[in-house]
Amino acid sequence: MPRPANLRYLKSHEWCKLEGNIATIGISDYAVSHLSDLVFLDLPEVKTDTMRGEPFGEIESVKAVSDLYAPMTGEIIERNERLQAELELLGKDPFGDGWMLRIRVEKPSEWDSLLDDGAYQKIIDAESH
Amino acid sequence: MKKTPFHDIHVSLGARMVEFAGYSMPVLYKDISSEHHAVRKQAGLFDLSHMGRVYFRGTDAMKLAIAIQTQDPVPMKPGRIRYGLLGMWDGGILDDILIAREESGFMLVVNAGNRDRDVAWFKEQAAGLNVTVDDATDRLAMIAIQGPKAVDIMLALGLPGAKDIGYYRFSQLPHPGGAIDVWRTGYTGEDGFELIFDASRGKAMWEAAMAIGTPLGLIPCGLGCRDTLRLEAGMPLYGHEIDRGTNPYEAGLEFGVSSTTPSIAATALKAIREAGVLRRLVGLEVSGPRVPREGCGVFAGTIQVGEVRSGTKSPTLEKNIATAMVLAGYATSDVPLTVDIRGNRVAATRTAIPFYRRPDRS
Repeated sequence: MPRPANLRYLKSHEWCKLEGNIATIGISDYAVSHLSDLVFLDLPEVKTDTMRGEPFGEIESVKAVSDLYAPMTGEIIERNERLQAELELLGKDPFGDGWMLRIRVEKPSEWDSLLDDGAYQKIIDAESH
Repeated sequence: MKKTPFHDIHVSLGARMVEFAGYSMPVLYKDISSEHHAVRKQAGLFDLSHMGRVYFRGTDAMKLAIAIQTQDPVPMKPGRIRYGLLGMWDGGILDDILIAREESGFMLVVNAGNRDRDVAWFKEQAAGLNVTVDDATDRLAMIAIQGPKAVDIMLALGLPGAKDIGYYRFSQLPHPGGAIDVWRTGYTGEDGFELIFDASRGKAMWEAAMAIGTPLGLIPCGLGCRDTLRLEAGMPLYGHEIDRGTNPYEAGLEFGVSSTTPSIAATALKAIREAGVLRRLVGLEVSGPRVPREGCGVFAGTIQVGEVRSGTKSPTLEKNIATAMVLAGYATSDVPLTVDIRGNRVAATRTAIPFYRRPDRS
């Protein structure tokens, strides 16, 4: 699956898209395929805060529970209400309909420290070996 | 990390490989649920070469077999297999095993993670006896073909004698390239076979099985679905339902213990039988979307009465299921139970183990 341009990543496979001061957050196709057999997603409430590098939620597969980490600090203004009931959206369209949160970012400079696509690909290549 | 004879095949199929008991093993090829359903509905092919295969041979093989495990090996005729436990002097369990009676001794299949410890224990117990303990794991390959299509696949593989092998029996069947040991056993709750043959034939046997089995719905299956299948079928996994600190009666494994066999564990197991157990393994159906995991507390009201030993989302039942070791009084009473899943208490209903029985055996 080709990844959209202009996304940035954490090495824990969360993606982030920045438009103005609004960031959209999700997890990559690689993460979805690696987790496999998803059963549960726990996302935080709107109006709560995310802290860069801190867990904001959990995703659970048959085998394990994984924390989801926030790429940027901010206030959650919207969460994908469809997603918790339709986890298959993560497999079908992880970078689109499978988005998780939109946040109003407080520290735009955090964007610069996220991985660009090339750096993220190196993380995937290293994990795949 | 050790590799089985099928390692390169797993990698070429794109399996996700994980370290398991020192081996690089496939956890899944595609996803756990489709592999699980294939075994329930058609057939699955498993690499079990990591499991320990140990021979006892010599005139004292019977003495060793009596001492180290809890089944009575004396009446076993060649070709018979039993499920047994390596019982320790205090009634705790060193491992669970299959023991097969051969003309010239026994073959044991032991858990990969316990193999070195088991073999050392066997050798210690064999001191002074006329018996050799031969760890043949590395020179043999082992695969399982499990599911309702298993008999048809064995027939097409040139092993028509497989269909006449009774449950928990084995036979050495002729095959081009050399005889194959075929066991009518498994760890999935379905009909099926486990095949043991020379490691050098691994690649050819796998490819033959896939070429013949694919039209019948056979797919390669990883350790991930092996765990969901065995848990639905109520089969214990060492390190979870049973361990060194758990005795067979707590784990509901009475059928694996002969009360008349003078094994190392016999005295302790007799005392436990007479005194009764303090804890019992129960099956739970757990409500809500979250999967109960090993170590989750089981509560009656505010009081913890046990803990989860294994849990999964059952692909067949589409429910969250768990085994839990609870104080014996709570195993059968109707006091409501809850399970603590990551800080949330969710309702749990006691349910019979196994959670799943295949339709023609219910």
